[in-house]
Amino acid sequence: MTSQLFFQYLFAGITYGSIYAIVAIGFNIIYNTTGIINFAQGEFVMLGGMIAISLHTLLPLPLAIGLSVIITMIIGALIEIIFIRWLKNPSVLRMIIITIGLSILIREAALHIWGEGVRSLPYFNGNEISTLRILGTNISPQVLWVIGVCSVIVALLSLFFKFTSLGQEMRACAANRLAATLCGISTKNMVTFSFMLSAGIGALAGCVVSPITYTQYDGGTPLAIKGFTVAVLGGLGNSMAAVIAGILLGIIESFSVSIVPLAFQDAISIALLLTILFVRPHGLFGSKEAAGLKEF
Amino acid sequence: MKARKYFPIFGLALALAGVQQLTQLTGTAYYLTQMTMTAYYALLIIGLCLVMGYAGQISLGHAGFFAIGGYTSAVLTTFDLTPLLAKGNGVISILAASGLLVSRENLYGAALLSVNPWIACIAAIIVTVLIAFLIGMPVLKLKGHYLAMATLGFGIIIFRVALAIEIFGEADGISDVPGFPLLPGIIVSGDFSNRVQNYYVACMLLLIGFILLQNLIDSRVGRALRAIHGSEEAANAMGVNTSRYKLYTFVLSAVFAAIAGIFLTHYNGGIGPSEAGIMKSVRYVAIVAIGGMANLWGALVMAALLNFLSLRGMFGSYDDAVFGTILIIIMLFAPHGLLRLQLWRFFKKSSRDS
Repeated sequence: MTSQLFFQYLFAGITYGSIYAIVAIGFNIIYNTTGIINFAQGEFVMLGGMIAISLHTLLPLPLAIGLSVIITMIIGALIEIIFIRWLKNPSVLRMIIITIGLSILIREAALHIWGEGVRSLPYFNGNEISTLRILGTNISPQVLWVIGVCSVIVALLSLFFKFTSLGQEMRACAANRLAATLCGISTKNMVTFSFMLSAGIGALAGCVVSPITYTQYDGGTPLAIKGFTVAVLGGLGNSMAAVIAGILLGIIESFSVSIVPLAFQDAISIALLLTILFVRPHGLFGSKEAAGLKEF
Repeated sequence: MKARKYFPIFGLALALAGVQQLTQLTGTAYYLTQMTMTAYYALLIIGLCLVMGYAGQISLGHAGFFAIGGYTSAVLTTFDLTPLLAKGNGVISILAASGLLVSRENLYGAALLSVNPWIACIAAIIVTVLIAFLIGMPVLKLKGHYLAMATLGFGIIIFRVALAIEIFGEADGISDVPGFPLLPGIIVSGDFSNRVQNYYVACMLLLIGFILLQNLIDSRVGRALRAIHGSEEAANAMGVNTSRYKLYTFVLSAVFAAIAGIFLTHYNGGIGPSEAGIMKSVRYVAIVAIGGMANLWGALVMAALLNFLSLRGMFGSYDDAVFGTILIIIMLFAPHGLLRLQLWRFFKKSSRDS
């Protein structure tokens, strides 16, 4: 493998990996406040891309993306308010089935609204063939957009959770729901916020990646599975580890193309997921003791 | 006392026969095709009901086992062994000498030498059992979200394998699967002349499966499973070998799925990768949930109703959406199934009071 090819694969891996990381962080935000895995997480990414594409026919690109993120956040909040907020101590099995049902509904709605076709946003800078030379390889400026936006999302999120009072309340809710309630935090509102937040970052990721990967009504499920793989790889609930794990999975996947046929690319990440679940269910960076206390 | 348990099943058998007579009388025998397919899907679903409802373990990969059964049987009964035999392959010549291979004509009239459907069927079941054991051993140690994702992942891998490997026909699947001569004179195939016969074969299989499961649930095993569902730790403390019970029920339900796959593949004369899709698995889970999880009768009735409507194309292009909606509504308002809705209990109560 030449060094040029090596860096080409590396950049592709980091690009996809950062999207997986964003999906995984979306999983983690909701998991931390509610203890449930939102199987419809990948659909937020798809929705963000699709809505932005539709809005872009009327509005300039930045406005379309901004509005699409806001709309997806509202959808996320509505989903939580309508389907989850009023349930009293739902069992894990029940929540799994409800969120799977939601992901089917969103996907089918998207199918009937936007059809089966593949769509995409235009490149933010230049077009399909414009390239930048970095480390001896040609990469699209959109790759830098994806990596840049994902880094900004991660940085802003960690600032948000550390320094704003809303972020601190959400963390309190994640640490101990009962104690948070006793301190006067409305845990129910925090759950709604967590759905909005993860819908928002998912939608933004869906917009920046749309020119490269294209957006299709059924694109959410594979993303959700890879995002979950990454979340587990990093240790469920640990967002910073998810970033490392995401980029790791992205790189493994992109290099695997040179060894096994493309048709098995999905199977590789799933095989990795199964291996991690069997061998280290607490993740690469998680501690076994802490995982033992959690309810999956 | 014992015999009373079989009254409802006897009633069910009568009802199934009655339905056939009714279609005969009203000249709607074409419904039997979908009913036969429905019966096979129902066989899978009551098997899943054992795992989900009674042992309390979610499986989002049962379409995978259906596909393993169907594909193994389809490959073995359609793969032409003549070139291998001509090359003098030892295993093949032993098989041929012992009469385990059958020669027939394919669609174009060329001679084709393939494995006897009975051998293919047994091989498919053995393959399924092996895979179910291999997957079940690590997977069933997981719980909740992890179990759901791991079984989902298994289903996707099977789907990908069916889609990517040439011998499984890739996106086209396998067609031209011969009929399955179950007994002399009874052939499982899609021929119109065999329609009534096949309906009864499917119903018989379903009834046998149902009786088997019902007896299992009423036995020591069933009580152990319900204990596991209630609390795995408590069951373990009471001396129930929880991991072994979970594994055996998982394998048993995988065999149910595989048998459904084998028979339906012979009946349809082919199988495609969509049978292994995630949506199929989700649909089976949905039907078990609607039936009320730990409720074999509920699962059976709902499987018959919903599969039949879906196969008749009643839901049109909203097929998946209908199942998604039902899934959410049931889980939100009636997590114990439609047949145990609070509303009904309310009516019962008020009628008792008056």
